[in-house]
Amino acid sequence: MSARAVHLVNTRVANIASVRAALARLDHDVIDATSAEHVERAERLVLPGVGTPGAALEALENNGMRAALGERLAAGRATLCICLGLQLLAERSDESPGTALFGLLPAPITRLPRSVRVPQLGWNLVRARDDAWLAAGYAYYANSYCLSAEHFAAVEAAGFEIAESELVPRRGDVTQPVRFCGAVRRGALWACQFHPELSGRFGAELLRAWLGAEGDGAC
Amino acid sequence: MLTHRVIPCLDVKGGRVVKGVRFQGLRDAGDPVERALAYQQQGADEIVVLDVSATVEARSHQTEVIAGIRAGLMLPLTAGGGVRVADDAARLLEHGADKVAVNTAAVARPELIDELAARFGSQCTVVSIDARFLHEDTTGASGCASGAGAGAPGDWEVVVRAGREGLGRARSAVAWAHEVVERGAGEILLTSWDRDGTGVGYDLDLIRAVSAVADVPIIASGGAREVSHLAEAFEAGADAVLAATIFHDDERTVSEIKQRLAEQGFAMRLE
Repeated sequence: MSARAVHLVNTRVANIASVRAALARLDHDVIDATSAEHVERAERLVLPGVGTPGAALEALENNGMRAALGERLAAGRATLCICLGLQLLAERSDESPGTALFGLLPAPITRLPRSVRVPQLGWNLVRARDDAWLAAGYAYYANSYCLSAEHFAAVEAAGFEIAESELVPRRGDVTQPVRFCGAVRRGALWACQFHPELSGRFGAELLRAWLGAEGDGAC
Repeated sequence: MLTHRVIPCLDVKGGRVVKGVRFQGLRDAGDPVERALAYQQQGADEIVVLDVSATVEARSHQTEVIAGIRAGLMLPLTAGGGVRVADDAARLLEHGADKVAVNTAAVARPELIDELAARFGSQCTVVSIDARFLHEDTTGASGCASGAGAGAPGDWEVVVRAGREGLGRARSAVAWAHEVVERGAGEILLTSWDRDGTGVGYDLDLIRAVSAVADVPIIASGGAREVSHLAEAFEAGADAVLAATIFHDDERTVSEIKQRLAEQGFAMRLE
């Protein structure tokens, strides 16, 4: 396999043209991953996703990729999960009650509070919490649900590094910023709530870093 | 924290940018791909491309233009114009748009908004509202002044078909804004028909009124010529500002404008 190939999960329900274009700009051959075999053999795999967690998992199931993806994620193989992709790593989501997600992040996904405008559409500052695995910068978000900061300790205890963002309430009595997860990393498994493919140079640098990082390995 | 967005808008007809421009370093004819990428270079936060072609034939360039911009654009891209059914939106998304804007077709059949939100998500569904101020003594362009209780004096009516048809008090722009959010719109592109192209500034009362009833992000449009106009719109409640002329007419670049707004204390993304 070419060293510059990257697989992109395509269930034909998500809008992936922007991710495809971003990876192509970084001189990678983008190959659609449409089966369990692709998920298993891909050296690097990108999991994009929009819509609800329930619908996304159903689409993966219908394409025979759900189990293979679960195994790949659990093994810590080189995978980049974008937007809803990050949320699928959690245990459950208020957006699809009763649906069990991949469960790598010991946290639920909850709706952004009513004190801020939802969906969050726009550029927000992303900062790594501990060591600087990700340089601070502005990234483009398009989300109504998030992994709230109250679960950061549990996520870090599971071995993930976290980068976070915050929203300032626009009205009401609440003045405390709403803090939430922007990105996580554990070994070669990276996930971001924001859209790196739409985040200018900051996003391109993140994609470049993931594409250039150490490949598969135990986590 | 979330920054305020500055969004250049390209009106495209038959595959070419149609608003008069004297933009430095670009051909006067106005190639939309070239223009969009130049704005990206200048620090634009997002690009909106509205196809204003009058015929289906002329609009056949729409997906080509979107695909051409997407290949080089590292920013969100909203496409609008001619979206009548969900499959029209799907076509634009497949070619590289991230959000789709609907206007006239949603007014004619509001369920279109529910369908788009269900299929593509609210974050993908932008409803474009063109609003015209109704003076107290107006009889309304469509003679609908008797729409009981729907619009108070000092209200705005929705106008469709590129401003050719006003719907009068029966279709208040503010009430419509509330309805589109209820139906699943994730963003409102709010254009003042009265101010569009005038350069006298955004209709701030309109922004305030819609901001009060809609919890989703609002993009203000129509009337900007000065940096102070953008600042006023943010203060009135707009999350983002859309403009064409301000970026075309002067030597001012998007980055200079954002720099000036940042100096005035607005949270801006500066690269």
